[in-house]
Amino acid sequence: MKSTILLSPTDNVLVLTQSLPAGSKIEVQGATYTLPVSLGLGHKIAACHLNHGDKILKYGVPIGSATTAIQRGEHIHLHNMKSDYLPTYTLDSAHQYH
Amino acid sequence: MNIPYSAPITENAFLRKDGKKGIRNTIAVAYLVECAHHVARQIQTPFQEEGVHLIGFSGCYPNDYSHEMLKKLCTHPNVGAVLLVSLGCEGFNRNSLLQFIKESGRPVELHVIQQKGGTRSSVEAGRQWVKETLIQLKSVPRVPMTLDELIVGTVCGGSDGTSGITANPSIGRAFDLLVSQNATCIFEETGELIGCEQIMANRAATPELGAILDASISKAAKYYATLGHGSFAPGNADGGLTTQEEKSMGAYSKSGSSQISGLIKPGDIPSKGGLYLLDVVPDGEVRFGFPNINDSAEIAELIACGSHIILFSTGRGSVVGSAISPVIKVCANPETYRNLSEDMDVNAGEILEGQRSLDEIGSEIFRLIARVSDGQQTASESLGHQEFVLGYKSFEPIGPTCHPTYS
Repeated sequence: MKSTILLSPTDNVLVLTQSLPAGSKIEVQGATYTLPVSLGLGHKIAACHLNHGDKILKYGVPIGSATTAIQRGEHIHLHNMKSDYLPTYTLDSAHQYH
Repeated sequence: MNIPYSAPITENAFLRKDGKKGIRNTIAVAYLVECAHHVARQIQTPFQEEGVHLIGFSGCYPNDYSHEMLKKLCTHPNVGAVLLVSLGCEGFNRNSLLQFIKESGRPVELHVIQQKGGTRSSVEAGRQWVKETLIQLKSVPRVPMTLDELIVGTVCGGSDGTSGITANPSIGRAFDLLVSQNATCIFEETGELIGCEQIMANRAATPELGAILDASISKAAKYYATLGHGSFAPGNADGGLTTQEEKSMGAYSKSGSSQISGLIKPGDIPSKGGLYLLDVVPDGEVRFGFPNINDSAEIAELIACGSHIILFSTGRGSVVGSAISPVIKVCANPETYRNLSEDMDVNAGEILEGQRSLDEIGSEIFRLIARVSDGQQTASESLGHQEFVLGYKSFEPIGPTCHPTYS
């Protein structure tokens, strides 16, 4: 079974359709990449190289911006993108309050 | 797959004296302040399996929104009778609520604990009334009900990266089928639509309504920015969602692709079929905290807008149900489904594993709505889930441009 899906033709992210352990191989536009960490179903992978400030496109629409340069095949999440509307709250970021 | 709206979705709806048709025959026991909660729960608990549900309002300060919510919930089509439980000194206007329920033709009784001799005698009197009223409710007339008389609400909770790919668009397909048969469908949480305002406004029945939809999202963005948190829980990020607008795009797909007929606020009941956005974010300055403190508060508002059934999309795996209206759990994530299958009604995760299509799951949800309307219990109903949450809010009434298709 293919492990990623491109939700819209204009997207620059792929979405994992199954959870993958670290070391798994994924194919992105003909090239093969090895996951350095395990990733859960639903996480995003860069479909192409992105520059700092580029819009991240999923479902064919912007869902935020890159906060650093991102390589093709890299995991895209809180560490390298941000909302263009509201900051994202996580239990890790909550540690600063304690 | 097409059930024309002239054909009944069930032959067994409960006809109320105010003309409304319900798919459940519930007695609501409603406490009017937290101080009466224990007595109300003691009254309700022995009858929980017989369709007696506990609802109520904790606050002692009066509030127009919560008063309106309880009026609409106590006269909901799925509610056959109501027992109001008051301590006696709270701010809630119990007599006005009592009068409103009486006028709907439903059996209703008000027990004031301070006038009933305290906890034990109030519990005994309440249980006696419930016991007698359960017998009385058996004679409520059963009638056919058509799709154009059905109201379905949708909510998502515990979303992850699969919600927007499987469960939410499947609910969207079911909504498209329902709206095409003139049913009423309601989607909500304007704070979870931040980022979708323009594409949503383009689907409005009129440009004026489009501007109202757009303004409702701006209001939500401003409200949540003041509070410092969006409608985004840590579990959403664990599930692969990174930003509010990413979660929003997934949530938005629950609305399907029909034209949007109007914007309503909690307690407004659409009088005509179509697709409606429920604006849940209070008007004016930020006053009472987060618009809805959890999923159950959102479900209560959808029910106060008349929803007979709630479609609940979940990726991480919520287990909640609700008082008054059955909740159908549509699970987005196949791993979650395997882990929590006893709490789920539909496995939309099969779409990700290539076994089913969005249209197939959409049709399955539609067929399940028909069976649940006919009395089949949902997973959360059979497990006894009857969560209910109601807080403080303030709203300005909606204007005529909010429902342009009425004219």
